[in-house]
Amino acid sequence: MLQVDGLSKRFGGIVASDGITLSVPRGELHAVIGPNGAGKTTLISQLIGQLMPDSGSVHFNGEDFTALPMHTRSLRGLARSFQITSIFLDFTALDNVILAVQAHAGHSFHFWKAARSDPALRDPARAALERVGLGHRADTVASALSHGEHRQLELAMALAGNPRMLLLDEPMAGMGPEESARMVKLMRELKGELTILLVEHDMEAVFALADRITVLVYGRVIASGKPEDIRANSQVRDAYLGEQEATDA
Amino acid sequence: MSASVTPRSVVIVAMLLGLALLPLYVSITGDRFLLTLFTRIVIIAMAAVSLNLILGYGGMMSFGHAAYLGVGGYAVAILAFEGIQSGFIQWPVALAVSALFALVVGALSLRTRGVYFIMITMAFAQMAYYLASGMARYGSDDGLGLDKRSQFGGLLNMSNKTTFYYVCFVLLCASIFLIWRLTNSRFGMVLRGIRSNETRMRALGFPTYRYKLAGFVIAGVMCGLAGALIANHTEFVSPAMMFWTRSGDLIVMVVLGGMGTLFGPVFGALALLFLEQFLPTLISAVVAPFDPADAVKAGEYWQIVLGPLLLLVVLFARGGIDGLLKMLDAKVRRD
Repeated sequence: MLQVDGLSKRFGGIVASDGITLSVPRGELHAVIGPNGAGKTTLISQLIGQLMPDSGSVHFNGEDFTALPMHTRSLRGLARSFQITSIFLDFTALDNVILAVQAHAGHSFHFWKAARSDPALRDPARAALERVGLGHRADTVASALSHGEHRQLELAMALAGNPRMLLLDEPMAGMGPEESARMVKLMRELKGELTILLVEHDMEAVFALADRITVLVYGRVIASGKPEDIRANSQVRDAYLGEQEATDA
Repeated sequence: MSASVTPRSVVIVAMLLGLALLPLYVSITGDRFLLTLFTRIVIIAMAAVSLNLILGYGGMMSFGHAAYLGVGGYAVAILAFEGIQSGFIQWPVALAVSALFALVVGALSLRTRGVYFIMITMAFAQMAYYLASGMARYGSDDGLGLDKRSQFGGLLNMSNKTTFYYVCFVLLCASIFLIWRLTNSRFGMVLRGIRSNETRMRALGFPTYRYKLAGFVIAGVMCGLAGALIANHTEFVSPAMMFWTRSGDLIVMVVLGGMGTLFGPVFGALALLFLEQFLPTLISAVVAPFDPADAVKAGEYWQIVLGPLLLLVVLFARGGIDGLLKMLDAKVRRD
C-alpha cells in the first residue's frame, strides 16, 4: 500500500531523513518509533507532502506520490492527523468534521445552500464523531474540548474522508491513562479496516497494537520487524528501548 | 443565531427599520442634508460589508479595498463622459471591470501572506490611484463630474433623492443577505476554515488559493457596485476615493463594527461616518465656553478623539460593536 524508498532530507547540516526505506502492506498497522529528534515527524511530513524530500520516492497504491501536492494526496486516500493538534478551534466539533467531509465531496464552489444543514455533509460527519466517541460533544466549540477530545476529533476528521490509509502522528501524546486506553481501543477497532502508520512514544500502546515496527534513529532505519523481534533486537535496546526504560525507572 | 428577542436583535431590527423609514422622517422635517448623509453611509456600509467577506470571514487583510470604489465609480463616470448614460450598460460594466481588477490583484497578491499581502494589495490600490491621477482626458487629479446620474429608462429615476436612497438601501440589504447565504454555504465554510487554519485546510484537501481568489473577486465586485452608487451619489469621481487612507477607513469600519459578523460592518460604517460628521461640532461646542475664538478650529482636531476611541474598542471589545452587543445578550440571558 505504502512504499518508501531511499527517502532523504537534510536541513542545513542536519540529516533528518537518511535513506529511509519502508513498506506498509494493506491492512497493516505499522508503527514508527525512535527517540526525540529521530526524524519521525519529518518522515510523516514528507509522506503527506508538507515537505519535499531531497531524494528518494514515495509510492501509494502503486502511484508515484513523491511530487504530488498535499491536497491531492489527501484526496487519493492518505489522511493524516497532526502531532500538534491542529483543528479549527473556533468551529464546533461537528463543523470541524463537516469540513473534513466536505473536502472529499467534490469542489466547494457551492455558494447558496446552507452547508451545516445539508444531510450529505451532516450525516457522515455525525457518524464519524460517533465512531470516535465524541457524538455527545458535537455542538461544543472545539476550543472548549479537552486535549484528549481534540485528538479524538482529529481522528474523526481523518476518518471522515473515508481514507485508505491513516498517518497518525503521536495520537496519544499528552493523554491521560484513561484517554490513552480509549484511543488504543479505538485503534484496535480501526485496525484491519484501514492501513495505519503510527508514530507514537507510548511503547505500551505501540507493542500492543503494531503488526510491525520500524525503529528510526538520527533519520536512519536501524531495525524493522515484528514487535517481538524489535523487543529482542540488541541494537534497538541500546539505542532506544534501554534508554527509555532507564529514564522511566 | 437564535430567533429570541435579545438586545442585539433589537438593535439590528431598530437600525434596519430606522434606515428604512429615514426618508419618511426627512420628508416631515425637511432635513435634506440627513438624507444625503445617510445615502453616503448606506453606500459605504455596503463597501464595508464586502470587505468583511474577505477580511472578517476569510482572514485576508486587504489594504486596498477602496480601489474597487474607484474602479466602479470611474467605470460609470467615464462611460457617462463618453456619452453612454444608460445604467443598464454602466452598472454591468462597473461590475465586470471590478471583477477583472479583483481577479488580477487577487491572483498575484494571494500568493503572498501576512504583511506582504497587506503591502501588495495596498500597492495595487495606489497604482489605481496614480493611474486615475494620470488620466488627463478624465480630469486627472481634479476628478471627473457626471452630467447626469445613470439612466434606467422609465424604471427608476436616480435623480430623485428618495428613490436613490432606497436603491442604495435595498442593495445594501441584498448584499447582507448574499453574504449571509455565502458564509453559510459550503464555500463559506471553506473561507472560514481558511481564516481559522489554512495549513489544515490544505492538508484536508482544499486547494485554498482558488477559494480565496473567488472570495476576493466576489468582494471586489460587491464593492465595485458600491463605487457605481457613490459616483451617482456625489455625481463626481476623483482619485482621492482610492487613496490608501480610504482603504484604511473601510478596515476600521469592519474592525470597529465586528469582523466576521453579518451586521458588524454596517454598525462600523454608521459609527465611523457619524463620528466623522458630528465629532467636530461636538468638540467645538465643548471648547466654545473656554475659548470661543478657537472653538471651530478645535473641531478640526476631531481625530484626536477618534483615535483613542478606536483604541479602546480594539483593546476592550474584541468583537467590536457587535461583540459588545453579544456580551449584552449573554448578560441578559444569565439574569
